Amino acid sequence: MSDKAKSIASKKTSGQDERLKEVSKLRLLLNRPELGAVGGAILVFIFFGIVAGDTGMFSAYGTLNFLDVSANLGIIAIAAAMLMIGGEFDLSIGSMIGFAGICIAIPAIYWGWPLWVSIIFAFAMAVLVGYFNGILVVRTGLPSFIVTLAMLFILRGATLAITRLITGRTQVPGLRVLIENDPIAWMFATDTFKWLFTWLGSMNLIALRTDGTPLATGIPPSVIWFIAATLFATWILMKTRYGNWIFASGGDKNGATNVGVPVGRVKISLFIGTAVAATIFATIQVLDAGSADTMRGNLKELEAIAAAVVGGCLLTGGYGSAIGAAFGALIFGTVSMGIFYTDVDTDWFKVFLGAMMLIAVVFNNYIRKRVTESK
Amino acid sequence: MSENLIEFNNISKFFGKVIALKDVTMKLKKGEIMCLLGDNGAGKSTLIKTLAGVHKPDEGEIVIEGKKTIFDSPKDALDMGIGTVYQDLALVPLMSVTRNFFMGREPLKGPPFLKTFDIQKANQIAAERMGQIGIDVRDPSQAVGTMSGGERQCLAISRAIYFGAKVLVLDEPTSALGVHQASMVLKYVVKAASQGLAVILITHNVHHAYPVGNSFTVLNRGKSLGTFNKKDISREELLGMMAGGEELDKLEVELEEMNRINN
Repeated sequence: MSDKAKSIASKKTSGQDERLKEVSKLRLLLNRPELGAVGGAILVFIFFGIVAGDTGMFSAYGTLNFLDVSANLGIIAIAAAMLMIGGEFDLSIGSMIGFAGICIAIPAIYWGWPLWVSIIFAFAMAVLVGYFNGILVVRTGLPSFIVTLAMLFILRGATLAITRLITGRTQVPGLRVLIENDPIAWMFATDTFKWLFTWLGSMNLIALRTDGTPLATGIPPSVIWFIAATLFATWILMKTRYGNWIFASGGDKNGATNVGVPVGRVKISLFIGTAVAATIFATIQVLDAGSADTMRGNLKELEAIAAAVVGGCLLTGGYGSAIGAAFGALIFGTVSMGIFYTDVDTDWFKVFLGAMMLIAVVFNNYIRKRVTESK
Repeated sequence: MSENLIEFNNISKFFGKVIALKDVTMKLKKGEIMCLLGDNGAGKSTLIKTLAGVHKPDEGEIVIEGKKTIFDSPKDALDMGIGTVYQDLALVPLMSVTRNFFMGREPLKGPPFLKTFDIQKANQIAAERMGQIGIDVRDPSQAVGTMSGGERQCLAISRAIYFGAKVLVLDEPTSALGVHQASMVLKYVVKAASQGLAVILITHNVHHAYPVGNSFTVLNRGKSLGTFNKKDISREELLGMMAGGEELDKLEVELEEMNRINN
């Protein structure tokens, strides 16, 4: 045996494939779907750190403010991302938010239902709407883009018509008084870690009101839901059988069917997921504002899809991550709030949103080529 | 007598007025490779789908290990040990080798209701299985899209065997491959047969079929022209029997004619 052959053999027996070493950690990292969104978020924070670092944007109050906006978007973006990985779209998310809002408000205010029953009712309606979306897409084989676009109009129209029929208005106020002592509403309406903020206030570490209570009173419920949703979705995608089925259903529907993946059931459950996420969003907002508005959630479906795309989801399905979508939402939330702290006119926000999405799509396309093509 | 692993006796399949298959009979023993040859439209696809449990035969019977069987669904066929590898392979390029290998049949671990996909075990099995067929997967979490066509074919076959195939049905496994890749796949098919599987290799390429096959069944316009042992038939005779044979002869005559005129 020559020396060279010996050295190769010894490398082989060391248990490590010698070719593995050529792939550096950096290259492995470059192949992760969420890389673009994490990098983008870091850039955004550096940018606002320089431009608006001394304006109070990153004070406790300012931080919670942009986190709250990001978290609300994130809750629906994560569900949208999972559905996109499963190979479908849901354009009815925004309308579902408005619909869920009045599903809570009208029974609670006009029919005298306890608030918690109304909330459960709204979630039940969400499961129905999601199931209906899913079964239509699976049974007809029509593009989900068209089916859920129809649902976008139907739900929004129904929300407006029903609300005006029952209440004569387009807004339903008066919910705030019902929150107290409700067995469920606190899950969507309570700030947490209040003791921490009280303590920080007492130490004079964060800004106080004139009466001595801290300006930022606690972590808003949206942030808790957002973090929980990110962890839950990531666990499902990476660690469960169902997660593998989601990737398979979006990656190759026929192939997945041939090896026994219940593609139809997977897709229907993901549609239910987006509708339920929209309802979580709606419940938090309705209880926070104390009123439901028929126009609530308008265009949110597109922001959710944009965040998912920035987070690395491919429009063709089968690829993406929940963490990516979470960071995508964080970017949008941070910029939409941060822009108030700069001299830039807030009218430019949508320009930024569009540009960000374009860059993300180009970048993701490049990543997909790297991942899938033989080297 | 009943040493045949699987028998298809006088299988017929009609779609309305169209006779897709008529009286097709095939018998396979363990370790045997039977090549099913036929031109486009000969009924190969219908026969595969009948084997795989997608179609039910209108006449005839399927006998597995001496027992008469009816497949009600593709899953039935799978449970009886018929592993079909379709032309599209049912692989997702964006997913990893491991996730593809166990797609739809993921190994689980953990307590009830909180069972998780046992990725470690899956990675280990996938790497081991691919290693056995001489494909050194650098990293089982790499995407299938990075593999060559031959490697993908072998992955799909290996998956079918791992999940209990006794009869392996391969639909055109070499049609999209170059010479080197095709020979890699064929070598693997021979190896699988030598380990006791029965293989039905569907192809229209006699040059790929002849070296590996033990017997050959030729389909033409829905009917079997018979099953031949290798020693009884030459490559040229087989080629001639497929629908294309006569026409190729005719083409040759015509080309000669053209040459004569031109000269």
